[in-house]
Amino acid sequence: MTGIPLTQILIVSTALFFIGMYGLFTRRNMITMLMAIELILNSVNINFVAFNKYLYPEKLDGIFFSIFIITIAAAEAAVAIAIIINLYRNYHSIDAEDAGEMKF
Amino acid sequence: MPNYVYTMLIPLLPLASFLVLGLFGRKRLDAAAGIIGVLSLLAATVLSVVTAYKYFSTAKVNGAYQQIIAFKYTWLQFSPHISIDMGVLLDPISVMMIFIVSFISLMVHVFSLGYMKGEGRLAAYYAYLSLFTFSMLGLVLSSNIFQLYIFWELVGVSSYLLIGFYFDKPAAVAASKKAFIVTRFADLGFLVGILILAFNAETLDFGILIERLTNTQSAWSMAITGSSFLGISALTWGLVLVFAGGAGKSAMFPLHIWLPDAMEGPTPVSALIHAATMVVAGVYLVARLFPVFSINGAALNIVAYVGVFSALFAATIACTQTDIKRVLAYSTMSQIGYMMFALGVAKYGGEDGLGYMASMFHLFTHAFFKSLLFLGAGAVIHRVHSNNIKDMGGLRKRMPVTHIGFLVACLAIAGIPPFAGFFSKEEILTAAFHSNKLIYGVGLLVSGLTAFYMFRLYFSIFWKKSPSVLEEDGAGSSRIHSEGTASMKLPLILLTAASILAGFFPISKYVTSDAVPLETHVDWVFSIAPVALAVLAILGAARLYKTENDKPEKLAAALGAVYQSAYRKFYIDEIYLFITQKIIFNGIGRPAAWIDKNIVDGCMNAIASATAKIAAMIKGVQSGKIQNYALYFFAGIAGIAVMVIYLWR
Amino acid sequence: MTASQIIFYILSAALLLTALLAVTTRKIFRASIWLLFSLMCIAGLYFWMELAFIAAVQIIVYVGGIVVLIIFSIFLTQKSGKEMPKPVVGRSVLAILAVLLGFGFTSYLIYQNGFADTAGRPFKAEVADIGTQLLSTSEYGYVLPFEVVSMLLLAAMIGAIVIAMKEKKVENE
Repeated sequence: MTGIPLTQILIVSTALFFIGMYGLFTRRNMITMLMAIELILNSVNINFVAFNKYLYPEKLDGIFFSIFIITIAAAEAAVAIAIIINLYRNYHSIDAEDAGEMKF
Repeated sequence: MPNYVYTMLIPLLPLASFLVLGLFGRKRLDAAAGIIGVLSLLAATVLSVVTAYKYFSTAKVNGAYQQIIAFKYTWLQFSPHISIDMGVLLDPISVMMIFIVSFISLMVHVFSLGYMKGEGRLAAYYAYLSLFTFSMLGLVLSSNIFQLYIFWELVGVSSYLLIGFYFDKPAAVAASKKAFIVTRFADLGFLVGILILAFNAETLDFGILIERLTNTQSAWSMAITGSSFLGISALTWGLVLVFAGGAGKSAMFPLHIWLPDAMEGPTPVSALIHAATMVVAGVYLVARLFPVFSINGAALNIVAYVGVFSALFAATIACTQTDIKRVLAYSTMSQIGYMMFALGVAKYGGEDGLGYMASMFHLFTHAFFKSLLFLGAGAVIHRVHSNNIKDMGGLRKRMPVTHIGFLVACLAIAGIPPFAGFFSKEEILTAAFHSNKLIYGVGLLVSGLTAFYMFRLYFSIFWKKSPSVLEEDGAGSSRIHSEGTASMKLPLILLTAASILAGFFPISKYVTSDAVPLETHVDWVFSIAPVALAVLAILGAARLYKTENDKPEKLAAALGAVYQSAYRKFYIDEIYLFITQKIIFNGIGRPAAWIDKNIVDGCMNAIASATAKIAAMIKGVQSGKIQNYALYFFAGIAGIAVMVIYLWR
Repeated sequence: MTASQIIFYILSAALLLTALLAVTTRKIFRASIWLLFSLMCIAGLYFWMELAFIAAVQIIVYVGGIVVLIIFSIFLTQKSGKEMPKPVVGRSVLAILAVLLGFGFTSYLIYQNGFADTAGRPFKAEVADIGTQLLSTSEYGYVLPFEVVSMLLLAAMIGAIVIAMKEKKVENE
């Protein structure tokens, strides 16, 4: 709060974002890709909240955005798990390399 | 000036017959096809005779026969000066030629009615004969050198169709191709010659061309003699190239190789095309351009020497051949050699033009007796079912009409008086004697050889065996082996009469180099030499061939290698094959094919395969791997972000 | 160095470390646990920023719901003890490169842009205020997004059920 400039929080959230992206690019398992996506969403949350607190302390808009993002992330995770389970039933594997049928 | 426009009909009647037979021939009976052909040609012959009579009685102006343009139509205008016109030119030689062509063609048509009975595709046969007659008549009546070239090619096509008439025989197909290709190759020279002459004289019309080039003071003549290529003047090039085209059609050495093989066609076709009409087209061409030739000594010399060499060459080969039609083919080549060198030793005007007149006279008489020989040979082949003289013999009692006709024709060609050939040959030898003794000497020798090989043929066919021997063949009884129908005998009879009487026709009054009538007479003292030589040759042939003996074989063995190479036609065909296969095909054909396949096609294939490879690489982007897509997505966004932040100001 | 600064640095370090472990570890169950820890560190950050409500929501929804969901799906789809295959080398190199470049560029942009310093202004985020504003229809009210999100949750629920349902009738034909 005191003494931590906004930019440092932003650096932290940026680092978290890119760590999540690395996981998205690199992981072969679909569930771990989902985990990386959650990390990305969380980094965005931190951003919203930090901006709200440091730049617009009178308003609460950033908080609302965070609430909505958390809600939507939950819904999206549920649907994603459903899809992964369906895919697992068809291919008996959740390796992203195996679900490569939409190619030339 | 009487109206000659009707002369257009002379070539057009056979053309109409060709179209009718060609389009509707299959539906009609084949006999009707023959009748249609004969009728159209009868009409054309009548018209030719009428034209000849009218022309020679009315067209004399100031003692010279005029060149009359009966009809002219401008077909293609290249430039204000040069255009291709279609026209009819009447002139002593063209009038003489239309008579010869239509008459011989009529005889051949009548003969074919009997000879080709029972063959298939008769409508096509008569259609092709009509096409040929139309082309040849158009050729001789051409008023424009390019029109002549067009008809020249048409004649070549008709010849191809007729030689290859029996297209299921591979030999016939090969022969027709050979004829067409060799003459086409010669025509390349002809076309270049036409272009040289037309370019320099700025016209394609015969009359104007001759007038401009022979007037040595005119600008055109100066231009053409002034420009030169490789040290030879353009005029010589033009004339020699035109002569090359003529040499191809007239089977002069070394473009003669197609004529013996062309005997694969039906015999009436050989009579028409390869004896009397098409092969003289070259002679006609030189005669037509004779004024221009006469001012260029080099070209005339070439004409003369090529002619005399071909005459000697063909005569020696003819002494050894055993196929009756091949002997007659080489005989034709030899006689045309006579016509050529007769033109070669002549000059323009008056007494110097004797060679020209002699050449045309020999053309006239040769047409009759050579077609008689071929038709007679056809009758014999029809009877014996073989072309080889070894299978023939003793036919004089069995085929009397043919026998008399053949004998008369042989006497004519050997130059025995009073038959036709004597007069024309005598004029030729006189002309040669007065200008070039060497050519005269060779001509004399060749006339002896001519008598020898023709009587060799005559005795082998009609004597050799005694007629009683043939009784055992059982050949006399059946109707099929009879001498032939009336339609086959009638032309023989008519041509025999012509061979006897044609020599008395005063052609020197009508056809001369400058169209002024020439007075000639027979120099009996001069003709002792050729006649004596001919009689000796006949006696020699009688000794060797009249009865069966082994003297010919002993003579052939004694002559050894000379005989062998003459029998093999001096290996000219082998040389040609060698040059084309080893040198042209390997040297030019194969590299060209290699370049085409590997470099030209290779470039195309390389472009195609490069495109395919690039496409495959681009296709690989759609790999189906989501994370690759995510990377591309991120790269795109990063790029857009950089662009928006830094470049969008 | 005040205490809040130290707390911030410790929390951030833990966050980044656990996040890194979550995306690189070869065992899937451990990855989910590292994820759990990193989400807890984020909740801690929210607490440090005096946003108790958000922190609570984070723990309840994310940690208690989503991570559990993930663990269930891990159990449903594979043996959790097995090691996952290593990533493709080419792709991981490219990914590291992309990530480092992205991080560098973004931090450069952040430092370039000077943010106004508002230290000193008080920040209050009472739950009552949040709730009132969430359902209010006045100018800064969020009732419309609230309704929309509820519909979205309904759709997600139905969608998840439909997708994950087993098809029984196919074999009886």
